[in-house]
Amino acid sequence: MSLSPVEGVALAEIESGTGSGGPGVKGVVGRSPGQLAWLRLRRDRTAMVSGALLVFFLLLGLAAPLIEMAYGVGPREQFQKLLDGFGMPLGYAGGVTGDHWFGLEPGLGRDIFIRLIYGLRTSLFIAFAAALITATIGIVLGALAGYLGGWLDAVINWITDLTLAMPFLIIALALTPTLTLRFYGERGQVSSAFGVGVLIAVFAIFGWTSTARLVRGQVIALREREFVEAAKASGAGLGHMLFRQLLPNIWAPILVSFSLAVPQFITSEAALSFIGVGLSDETPSFGRMIYRSLDFLQTDPAYVFFPGITIFALVFAFNLFGDALRDALDPKSSR
Amino acid sequence: MSRFLIKRLFSATLTLFAVSVLTFLMFFALPRDPVTGMCPKNCNPERLERVRDDLGLNDPLVSQYAGYMKGIVTGRDLGSAQGGRCDAPCLGWSYVTNEAVSDTIARVLPVTLSIVIPAAILWLLLGVGLGMVSALRRGTWLDRMAIGFSLTGASLQLYFVGAVLLLVFVYNLRLLPVPSYTSIFDNPAKWASGLVLAWVALAFLFSAIYARLSRAQMLETLSEDFVRTARAKGLAKPTVYGRHALRAAITPVVTIAGLDVGGALGGTVITETTFGIQGLGRTAVDAVRSGDLPTIMATVLIAAVFVVMANVLVDLLYAAIDPRVRLR
Repeated sequence: MSLSPVEGVALAEIESGTGSGGPGVKGVVGRSPGQLAWLRLRRDRTAMVSGALLVFFLLLGLAAPLIEMAYGVGPREQFQKLLDGFGMPLGYAGGVTGDHWFGLEPGLGRDIFIRLIYGLRTSLFIAFAAALITATIGIVLGALAGYLGGWLDAVINWITDLTLAMPFLIIALALTPTLTLRFYGERGQVSSAFGVGVLIAVFAIFGWTSTARLVRGQVIALREREFVEAAKASGAGLGHMLFRQLLPNIWAPILVSFSLAVPQFITSEAALSFIGVGLSDETPSFGRMIYRSLDFLQTDPAYVFFPGITIFALVFAFNLFGDALRDALDPKSSR
Repeated sequence: MSRFLIKRLFSATLTLFAVSVLTFLMFFALPRDPVTGMCPKNCNPERLERVRDDLGLNDPLVSQYAGYMKGIVTGRDLGSAQGGRCDAPCLGWSYVTNEAVSDTIARVLPVTLSIVIPAAILWLLLGVGLGMVSALRRGTWLDRMAIGFSLTGASLQLYFVGAVLLLVFVYNLRLLPVPSYTSIFDNPAKWASGLVLAWVALAFLFSAIYARLSRAQMLETLSEDFVRTARAKGLAKPTVYGRHALRAAITPVVTIAGLDVGGALGGTVITETTFGIQGLGRTAVDAVRSGDLPTIMATVLIAAVFVVMANVLVDLLYAAIDPRVRLR
C-alpha cells in the first residue's frame, strides 16, 4: 500500500465516471468515495457470495438458543445410550442420524451439531470483540506515534517490537491460569464468561501491533499535507487533528485490516483452545473439539471433519470478503 | 554499515533485556506461589520452605533476577538439592523433571530445529516459486490454480490439515510410521520419515501465504519503469525477471519470512501437539500445565532470542539486498 488512499479513490472516481454509462448519456453523477466502494463491492460476485455466507454464519451464531429450541438438543446433553461399550457412537459416520445431524462425540456422547452452533457463537463473539479492541488501541497508538513523532514514536515503536518478540502462545498459555487463580482462588468455579474475557484480554495485549504499524505509516504519509498544515494553522487541537482530520482519510485501509483481523482472531482462538487455554471443556469451541477428535482419529475419523470444515468455511469466507473489500476500497492495489 | 549493525544489535539487546524482565516479573513475582507446582502433593511446610530457600525465593526480586542472569552468562552454584554446580548457560533446575533446564532444552531444541528448518526451506521455495511463476503467467490456468491454492491454504488450520494427513498417510494407507523424532545423526531415513508429515503440513499452510504475497509483490514490480528499461535495453527475460525484478520484489517477503521462521523456531506448539512430537513448544506447554517455572522462563526466553535474532538477520539481509538501507 504505497499509495495514499485519497489518490486511489480520486482515480476510481474518474474510472467509474467514464465506465458506468459514460458522461454523455447520463451526465456525471457526484458520488462519495464510500458510495463508489459500495457500488464496486456490489458488482463483485465473490464479495456478494462470501458476504452472504458470512451473514448466514452470523445469524446462526446469534440465533443459537433459537436453533437449540427448534433442534431439541442442548450443547451439554449427553447421549450415552447411543454409544457402544467403548464409548464410540453407533451407526455410520460417527452416529449421524435424523436426531443428531452431525453425529455424537465419542466418550461423552454430546451432539456435535448443536455444539458447533454454540462454538460458532463463542468464536465470532471473541473474534469481533478482540478485533474492535485491538483496532481501537492500534489506531490511537499508531496515530499518536505517526503524528507526534520524536521520542513518543521511538517508544511506541519499541513497545511494538517488544510485543512481537514475546512468544504469544506460550505467554497466553502461562498467563491464563495465573489470571484465573488471581480472580478465583484455588477452588473457585470458573465461569465460562470469565474464560472468554481472559481470551479477549490476551488478544488485546498482543494483537494491536499490526494496526498500529499500518496507521502510523499512513499518518506519516499524510502528516506533511496542506490540509494538515491548514488545520494546524487554524489552531486545531491534538484530538481534532487525529480524529477529525487524519482518521477520515485513512478509514479504508483500517476497515480492510479489521475485516482481515477477524478471521485471524477466529484462528487464534481455535489454536489457543486447541492447546487448552482459556475456555473450559464446558464451553463449546472449535479448537477444543478438534483437539479431542485427535484421540479418536483412528476409531471415529468423522469427528474431526465437522469442526475442521466448519472453521475452514468460516475463515475462508472472511478472507474472501476481506480481499474483495480491499479491491473495492483501493482499486489500484493489485494484491 | 558497521554503525548500522551496532545500532541494531544495541536495540536487540535492549529488547531481550526487557523481555527477560517482563517474563521474570510475570512468572516469578505474581501472587501464585511458584513452589506449589514444584513438589509433590504431600509437601510438608518445612520442605516447602527449604525449596523456597533453595530457589532463592526469599531474596529480593532484583537479586533473584541478577542471579538468574549471572547463571546464564557464567554459571552458578545451585545447591545440592538442585544438582549442585550448574555450568553456563545455566537456566536453573526443574523440580518437575528433576534435571537441569539446560539439559531439557538441549534435548528438545534439536527436535524443533528438525521440524522448522526443512519445513521453512520447503515453504520458501514452494511459496516464492509459485508466486513468481503465477505473476509471470498472469491470467493463465496456472495462475488461477495458484490463487486457488493460496486462498485455500491461507484459510486452513494446521491441526486440521495435520489430522487429515495423519488419517490418510499413517492410519489408512500406512505409508508412513506414526510421527516421531529420531536424531538425524543416528538414522537419517527414519528422521525424515518421522517428520515429513509435519514438514508438509507446515509448508502447505505457509507457502500459501508466501505465494500470495510474492505474487502481489512481483506484479507490482513488473509494472515498474526499471523493468521496462531493462527489457528495452535488450536484457534477456530471465536476467530481468530473475535478477532485477526478483530482488526488488523479495524484500517484503524477507521481512515476513524472518518473523515466521524466528517465531516457529521458538516452538511450533500446534504442530508438535498435532503430531505428538516432543519439541520446544510441547515442552513449554507441559511446563505451563505442571507449573514448572524455570522451564517456562527458559522456553519463553529462547523463543524471544530467536525472534529478536531473526529481526536482526532480516535487517542485515535488507542491507544486502537493498543498498539504500545501509545509508540510514
